[in-house]
Amino acid sequence: MNASVLDITRLRKSFGGLTVIDDVSFSVTRGSRTALIGPNGAGKTTVFNLLTGVYPIDDGRIVLDGQDITTVPANDRVTYGMSRSFQNIRLMPHLSTVENVMLGQHARARSLPSLLFPLGLTPRNKWAREAADALADAGLGTYPGQVVANLPYGVQKRIEVVRAMVSRPKILLLDEPAAGLNQVETAQLQALLERVSASGTTLLVVEHDMHFVRNLCDHVVVLNFGRKIFEGTPAQVNDDPAVREAYLGSDSSMGAAHAS
Amino acid sequence: MSGYLESQLIILCLNVIFAYGIFLPAASGQLNLGAAGFITLGAYSSAWLNASMGGLGLPMFFSIPLAMLFCAFVAFVISFPILRTRGVYMVLATFAFAEVVSGFVINLDFLGGAAGMPVDDHANINVVLPVALGVVLFSFYFMATRLGLTFRSIHDDESVATLFGVNVRSAKVAAFTIGAALTSLGGALYGHHYNYIETQTFNVLLSIYILLYVLLGGTQTAWGPLVGAAFFTAIPELLRQVSKETGEQWIADTRFIFFGAIIVLMMVVRPEGLVTRTMVERLSRRDKGDPPAKTPAAGEVSS
Repeated sequence: MNASVLDITRLRKSFGGLTVIDDVSFSVTRGSRTALIGPNGAGKTTVFNLLTGVYPIDDGRIVLDGQDITTVPANDRVTYGMSRSFQNIRLMPHLSTVENVMLGQHARARSLPSLLFPLGLTPRNKWAREAADALADAGLGTYPGQVVANLPYGVQKRIEVVRAMVSRPKILLLDEPAAGLNQVETAQLQALLERVSASGTTLLVVEHDMHFVRNLCDHVVVLNFGRKIFEGTPAQVNDDPAVREAYLGSDSSMGAAHAS
Repeated sequence: MSGYLESQLIILCLNVIFAYGIFLPAASGQLNLGAAGFITLGAYSSAWLNASMGGLGLPMFFSIPLAMLFCAFVAFVISFPILRTRGVYMVLATFAFAEVVSGFVINLDFLGGAAGMPVDDHANINVVLPVALGVVLFSFYFMATRLGLTFRSIHDDESVATLFGVNVRSAKVAAFTIGAALTSLGGALYGHHYNYIETQTFNVLLSIYILLYVLLGGTQTAWGPLVGAAFFTAIPELLRQVSKETGEQWIADTRFIFFGAIIVLMMVVRPEGLVTRTMVERLSRRDKGDPPAKTPAAGEVSS
């Protein structure tokens, strides 16, 4: 039971008549680095949105660390130990780096005294210090007071990870963390994620970059057209006929398989 | 202090209070064109609570806080339907609210109806100025709290704020309600200073000006409404002074054309408001003479 930190059972979601997630079940082992991959439109980001409660699910169950969160409102789920980054950077553009990270602390500071504590008037308070330390730990100590809109893309990506981490999640959902990064930035991001993983946080990563997945992840779940078609190690994934067909099309139906 | 200067200072104080009342919701992304509604409610409820004839006869120092409470309650109740709208629709909804309030008051005989209502207690500058300062300090404190941080987060990205645990609905209701209480405080002080109120004074033009102070001052920091209100209260007066000094009557006659041109110019030059977050950051860093970064090398290498 406790070997997995996240259990998804028979997840189903339709938008109108279109079933985008169809009977998807998988478990994420505690401490693992699981990748969720698949061709464009396979439903990977939708799975994230269902997990974090952006949309309600039609059927199925989501259990996070033994607690059923299927019907928990989106703004409470983070308190159960789940946090995420976004496919397109979604930092608050008008907030400074430290303030963005302090937003990540919100899940741990929802009591009235915490809400009314003047963070901005006491620059050395424990929340600001913690946020600055978390940034420094991630190698981002250079930009504490800057408004994030002006920072480089790769730096913003890593700030997103730090923001998600200060909520102290059991599982961190990363939606295409390496997308749009150059090699150096990808390496910096991977180093950060390795440290996050080493600290005991489980990673669930949606990613297109198979090289990045093979380097980082130890388990892979493949979706295609909203269904799970494969689960196994990164080494196995390339040899699986169903996965090859999903990405490349089958020999017999080259014309029909516009999966991407 | 000369009478003229004092009267201008009073107007400035009232405008600043109004501006902060509209700023708090604006900081969380709500456009509130209902300032006149809350000003009317605040002015009339305090006036009625204070009136010795036909009212409760409470002293001003009780009637004003009670009026604020009443307005906060009204704002809390109407915030639920109003916050279902957003953007320009929220502008219309809050505008409609102000019109409804005005329509109500004008038809209530015990509030004087269209003839207006005299107000008993007088609030001179010794009351208005400290209260305005208090409102400014409160707003600076408030925007520095974690709640203020959530307001600014909601302004930038509601759905992300939600995913980090922010109850967006509650925060928006809080911003709207507290803002309404401040706006009504300004309204109550207005009544007690001029000792006479009529609904026609609190018209949509007033709401527009107040929203303008806030938007052109900047909604990102607590400096915005202060600078915006001061700037736009001063400009028409300054233009009139210029006209008087130079003897050019046409300047006084056409000063609102200049005023309008300045507003358009500001929107072109500073679309995010006079005072932005980046600007405050840059100024405060220059003040302290801080180096721009601490140990950049050590930080970069560790990743």
